[in-house]
Order: sequence, then C-alpha cells, then structure tokens
Amino acid sequence: MEVLLPSLARGLGIGSTYALLAVSFVVIYRATEVVNFAQPALMILGAYFTALFVITVGLPFPVGVLAAMVAMAAVGAITERIAMRPLVGQPVFSAAMVTVGAFIVLTIVANRLIGPDILTVGDPWGLDAVSIGGVQVFQVDIAKTVLSLGAIAAVGILLKRSRIGLAMRATSLDQETALAQGVNVGRMFSLAWALSAALAALAGMLIGTGAGGIEATTALVALKALPVIILGGIDSIQGAVIAGLVIGIAESLTRSYQPEYAPWLGANFDIIVPYLILIVSLMVRPYGLFGTPEVQRV
Amino acid sequence: MSRTPRTLRRGRPELYSDYAADQAIWNTPAKRWSTLVLLALALSLPWFLGRDLLGLATLVAVYAISGIGLNLVSGYAGQISLGHAVFMGIGAYTAALLGGSPQGDIRGFELDLLIWLPLAGLVPAFVGWLFAPIAARVRGLYLAILTLGLLFVGEHVFKEARWLTGGSGLGRKPADPVVLGFALYEERTILGTEVPAIGVFYLFALLLLVVLAVVARNVARTRQGRAFSAVRDRDIAAEVMGVPLLRTKRLAFTLSSFYAGIGGALLTIVFGFVTPERWNLLLSIDFLAVVLIGGAATISGPIIGAAFVVLMPRFIETFAGSLPGWFVSTAVGGGGLLNVFQLQRLLFGVMIVLFLVVEPRGLFGVWIRVRNYFKAWPFSY
Repeated sequence: MEVLLPSLARGLGIGSTYALLAVSFVVIYRATEVVNFAQPALMILGAYFTALFVITVGLPFPVGVLAAMVAMAAVGAITERIAMRPLVGQPVFSAAMVTVGAFIVLTIVANRLIGPDILTVGDPWGLDAVSIGGVQVFQVDIAKTVLSLGAIAAVGILLKRSRIGLAMRATSLDQETALAQGVNVGRMFSLAWALSAALAALAGMLIGTGAGGIEATTALVALKALPVIILGGIDSIQGAVIAGLVIGIAESLTRSYQPEYAPWLGANFDIIVPYLILIVSLMVRPYGLFGTPEVQRV
Repeated sequence: MSRTPRTLRRGRPELYSDYAADQAIWNTPAKRWSTLVLLALALSLPWFLGRDLLGLATLVAVYAISGIGLNLVSGYAGQISLGHAVFMGIGAYTAALLGGSPQGDIRGFELDLLIWLPLAGLVPAFVGWLFAPIAARVRGLYLAILTLGLLFVGEHVFKEARWLTGGSGLGRKPADPVVLGFALYEERTILGTEVPAIGVFYLFALLLLVVLAVVARNVARTRQGRAFSAVRDRDIAAEVMGVPLLRTKRLAFTLSSFYAGIGGALLTIVFGFVTPERWNLLLSIDFLAVVLIGGAATISGPIIGAAFVVLMPRFIETFAGSLPGWFVSTAVGGGGLLNVFQLQRLLFGVMIVLFLVVEPRGLFGVWIRVRNYFKAWPFSY
C-alpha cells in the first residue's frame, strides 16, 4: 500500500496532464480533421513563456501562466493562418505533413530561446507534500489533476453552452453547411488553434513543475498524448480524459513495480508503456473507446 | 522491342505501336541518353572528388536506397510510415552482428559481406512482413501514429539490447565490408589512380543503388505495382475490383523494409559508428522529406530528394559565412540570431511545408514542368 497509493496519485497527476494535451489535439482535430504534430513544439514554447513571464519578468505565478496562455494562443492562431489555411481542401496527409514541418520550425525557435539550460517555471508547489488519510501526496500532483481537469471542463462548457462553441461544433460537423448558416469558418479554425495552443501552454507549465524542469527535448513528452487520443477516440473529449487517466496510471504503476517484478524488460520501460497500449488499442478498437467510427464510401 | 519501322519512328520519339514499348523504363531516346550520361558522371566521381565530398556522395546513394524503400510503401502504396528508421536500425544491427567484430560484451561474428548484406535486408523484411497485418488494420493518420508507436518501442529495444547495440549512448562499430577477402573500404589504385577508401565504398553503394532502383522501377510497373497504386488511390475500390488488400500492403511493407535494412547497414558503415539513438523520429522525418521533396511515387524522385536532403546542409554551411553576422553565427556559441545547425533544420522544415503547398509532386514535378515547357516550345504558355 505504501507504494501503491502514492504511485496512483502520481499517475493521476501525470495522466490528467496527458488528458489536457490530448484535448488540445482533439480540439484541432474536430475543427480541421488534422492530427497536429506541431503540438509538442507549442507545449514547449508555452513552458518557455511561463518561465519568461514568471521568472524573468517577475509576474505573480497565476498571472504569468495566463499571460503565457494568451501569448501561445496568438502563436497558435498565427501558425494556423500562415501554414494551415492555404491547405484547406487539400488531402489530410498534406496538412499533417505541414504540421510536421511546423513542428521542426517551432522546435528550432524553442531551442534558440531555451538554449542548453534547464528552465524552471517558478511554480509555488515545488517538492512539498501533504498527507491525505495517512498517505503522502505531492502537492504538484494535486495541482496537475485539478488544473487539467478544470481546464478541460472549461473547454467542454465552452463548446456545449456558448455561441462560439456552437459555431465550432457546427464547423466540425460540416464546414460548408456551417458557412451557409453564417459561421465564419476560417475564424473557427484560428480559434481552435488558439484554444489548443493555450491548453498546450498550460500542459507545458504542468510538465515543468516539481522536480522536472523544462529542457528543449522535453517536447517529445507531448507525443504521449497520441496514445491517449487513439485509446479514447480521436474526436472525443470525454474519451481523452478517461484514456489520459488510464495511461497515466498504467505508466506510473509500471514505473513503481516493473523494476522489481520484471527487470528483464529493461530500464525506463515505463516510457514506452503508452505506446504499447497504443498498438494494442489500434489492433482491438481502431476508433477508440468513445470515438466515432469512420464511415467510408467509395 | 518496338516493331514500328525505323523510318516511321524517325522524328517521332513518342510513337509506340505496342504496350510494352510504351511501358518500357527508357521509353524515349532522351531518357536513354541522359541516364547513361548521369551514370557515367556518377561513376567518375571517385577520380576527381575529395574524400570529404565522396563521403557526402556515398551518403546520397545510401539515403536514396532507403528513400526508394519508403517510397514503395508510402508513395506507391500510400501507407504513411514513420517507422522507417526502426527497419533501418534492424538492418544495421543484423549487419553489425553478423559482419562486425566482437568488442567486450558486444557480439560479432565477422562473416563475409555476401552473407550479412542479404540478411541485413531479409531480417527487416521479415519483421515488416510480421508487422504488416497489424498495420493493415488502420489507414492514413492512424497508421502514421501506429508506426510512431513502433518507433518508440524499437528505440527502447535497441537501447536495452546491449549485447547487440552496445547500449544507450555507447554504440558499437558496424560490419566490415569485405567480399571474399576483398575489402571494399580500403584505399585502392583503380585505372592507375589512387582512390580513397570512401571512394571504393562509394562505387559499391552506387552499384547497389542502380540495381535496387531498377528492381523497384520494375516492381512499380508490374501487376503488383499497379495494385499498390490502386490501394493508395482508394483502398475500398481496389478491394472491390479484386485486389487483395492484406497481401498488397504486406508486400509493400516487406519490400520497403528490405530496402530500409540495406540502407541502414550501409549508413552505419559510412558513419563508422552507430548508437541506438540514431534510429529516431528525426531520421524517419528525414526520409519522409526525401520522398516528399524528391517526388512521391517515382523512382528518380527519392534519388533527387536524397541529394537535396544530404547536400543542402553542406551548401548552407559553405555559404553561411557570407550571410550577415547578426543573422547566422558561424562560431560555436556565437551571438547571431541562429547558428548554422539551427538554420539548416529551419530551412528543412520550411522546405517540407513549401513543397507540399506549392509543388506536391516534389522536385521531380519541377523537372516535369521544365521539360514540358521546352517540349511544347514555342507554344508553351
């Protein structure tokens, strides 16, 4: 028990961060049907901006995080306008490859800004732990869970209840019909990218909290959201949350127990657990737990 | 060949009276001549290029071999694979295990090239054959994500199998290219001139490239090659017409992995040393760029693309000195906006985006446009 419960808490923390990243993929996928491979770069830039605003500029932590999210929303919207808008109507594969190109360009920008250092985001939680029912839980895990799930809930409410959310859902359902009803489809694309980049910035900040810190190579962590969206279903926010928690907990439990019970699997085996879940889930249920099966016509 | 009388064909290079002549690889005299001239030019390189540039030329040939492999599965058969680097890695380590020498805990059997080179292709081909049924279950971006998963799993296995790869960050030496006692990586006097070791190996890589390219071109115009294109264009329609989906995709993956394995084995010899980290996402993206920048679903395309991807960084390095200092710094830790490496990667990303937006057929498409302009001259508009 003294291993299991802290391990579960860590899994919840990291899992909800994955869920947040996955939702940032889902938002763009629902608007444009493109899996955005540039998301890792947006995440790392978000973490950089948080560090810049909180440590260098000296803003209070919550204000700095919000400022970083706003800055990244602008970066996301600009990226969409320059790289993605010319590809509307082109095959999905071309658009996805363009996001790979955007990933390379934005990663260089992030590398240039961050350099060889390890950045800290100046979070107030550090390595402090609290005791809940006799179990030591790191504050940062609680913060990750609360902030991620809160942000996802906010996105869900935005999409379900607001006028803009209605327009975004209409766009993802049928672009031409939405256009005919007076929805500015182009603006919806920009908005989806802005929203997604802001979520990625928040996730980047959460990855950088605690003992971690942010290096230029941390960006690859964001790719773990891909197993999450495949397991949960590529167009489902609810699926992203559940799959994120499942994968986070599976990874955390592997980290706690695998070195003891299955050492032959090698060091750092927990890093590839999400990808193994990905392969199995694609074999068993290609459209995920909550995804919409694709209807194909010839 | 063509049964059209010579008198009729004179001045009408594109007059074909049977299907075979129309489908021939070198179906016009211009293609025949230009291929011969290019081949002669490529063959003569070791006699007048320096060691350094010969290394780059070898790299172009090796990248082209792997690029043709990726083009078979992604360009012709339309199955986007980000896992190409894994198959290259499997080929490289098969070669290193069979042909390399043991160092400490790392195994090596010091066998002949005639044994390890075919196996460096066949072992990855077998893994591709095993992987294909899983890959055939999903399409498009799902397949890209699945192969990304394969990439990370493969990287983990490479890092952990210390007896094979030397382990994370340490690496091992590659296979020794020796055919029946004749070393292919050794300085030799050919036609009265000293050719450096890399030059000899370049000739070998070029020979392999020519053979493999001709094979791939022939596969592309057989029944199976047309099945590849049918699956790419619309897999359900292809299935309705009687193209077996699983068998076609399986053949595409198997062939592509064979090329990847050969390419991987040769690549390690060019570099002289190999760490498990080399077979990562960036290498896979490099090869997608070879295919996309060169021209998808062509054989000349990946060769042009490989030349572009390998030579562009060198080109930038050479001319970075003449760019303003505030923009690019050539010194290590210099104060410019970017360093040379960052500029290289940046332009690389921009190039992928530009080609997809402006010329989706790649450099091969640019060539087709130029050719058609002059073919139709003076009525080209």
